[in-house]
Amino acid sequence: MRAILTLAGLAVLSAPALADTMEVGVDIPRLNVAEYHRPYLAAWIANADNSVAANLAVWYQQGRGAEGEGETWLKDLRQWWRRAGRDLNMPIDGVSGPTQAPGSHTISFDADTAALEPGDYVLTVEAVREVGGREMVQIPFTWPAKGAAPATVSGETELGAITLTFVDDK
Amino acid sequence: MKRLALRMLAASTLFLTVAGTASAHRAWLLPSSFTLSGDEQWVTVDAAISNDLFFPNHHGMDTAAITVTAPDGSSVAIENAANGEIRSMLDFKATQQGTYRIATGGGEPFYFASWEENGERKRWRGSLADMRKEGIDKKADVQVSQSSRSVETFVTLGAPSTDVFAPKGKGLEFQPVTHPNDVFTGEPVSFKLLLDGKPASGIEVEILPGNDRYRDTPSVIKAKSDANGVFTFTPELPGPYWFTAGTEGDTVVDGMPMKVRSSYTATFEALPL
Repeated sequence: MRAILTLAGLAVLSAPALADTMEVGVDIPRLNVAEYHRPYLAAWIANADNSVAANLAVWYQQGRGAEGEGETWLKDLRQWWRRAGRDLNMPIDGVSGPTQAPGSHTISFDADTAALEPGDYVLTVEAVREVGGREMVQIPFTWPAKGAAPATVSGETELGAITLTFVDDK
Repeated sequence: MKRLALRMLAASTLFLTVAGTASAHRAWLLPSSFTLSGDEQWVTVDAAISNDLFFPNHHGMDTAAITVTAPDGSSVAIENAANGEIRSMLDFKATQQGTYRIATGGGEPFYFASWEENGERKRWRGSLADMRKEGIDKKADVQVSQSSRSVETFVTLGAPSTDVFAPKGKGLEFQPVTHPNDVFTGEPVSFKLLLDGKPASGIEVEILPGNDRYRDTPSVIKAKSDANGVFTFTPELPGPYWFTAGTEGDTVVDGMPMKVRSSYTATFEALPL
């Protein structure tokens, strides 16, 4: 899955010299619970001041289901909702997606398209599950990150391993 | 008039006692959600006066006195209002994106009168017009005070907005510095108080986290407003909070000097990070 970013509120700047792609690996754990629902999940790149540099993915029920309008529960991704969601018109092209089953997923992020400026950022992945828990995993990184080794941080409850890999596509 | 003013001062202790008794119980409005997402959502609000936050154990609030204001300032229809013995409730549908205000008591102030009749201490409470009509203001050695009380809470659908905070310029009012629907544990929160439209400085504020019945200590946070009317605190516990502030001063209404008291109380929520 290749998610090309459309950014809210970020001016399109001239492309930086380095053309790299980030790959975010997201493991959704299989949970042995009586009532399982796939998690709502948001992945974004935060600036040092916690503002949002880029939304990578928001996985949620986009239509109306047995529990009503899926957007009703977006606020339960409470950090993403606060930092980005509440100021956005959903759905967002290339960012909104359906909820995903347990397993490994990859979100590719073309930093050139997003015109990510050189600096320090935090990859943030937040997941919340109906009648379940909520967890947020963060990986700080510096951009550009040419040659940087992949970074992995594991969640403990609602998220498995979150991996950030930099792919030099030159 | 001067004599009356002096007597008012002498009587203030008594009125403080009356006010103190009233404030031992806490009035609160508790919405089902403070933060909502989606195009439109129902909100249900509990309204009660109790000792514990937020557990009904004393009186329901009169829902007829409760108003809901939409982000654009328009009045929102209240549905399913019910006055319970120890807890009242109402519903409303949020259809606009932004911040709603649920409020009671923000209208006309009420008046207390106290006088001696046949050796008995009489007390009266009502509007200024009724006080005139019933001749309460003509009672011998009557002591009168004016009181206004606001109890509010705020609910946001989508992104927080600030139009519902437009001050009326009367009594004690609330202004967001930190938006009340944008409070997180471990982060400093600043709220502002106005008195008659001007920054209310030096006001003592009590901030209480809910669920006090599950704690041995109430964990009251005390704060004081600065020269700009702003007080700052950092909530450590996640959950619903209640804060209250009051002022007392002197005023003259229709040529009658009297004590004037104003209180402001609101409920908000601190989310964990």
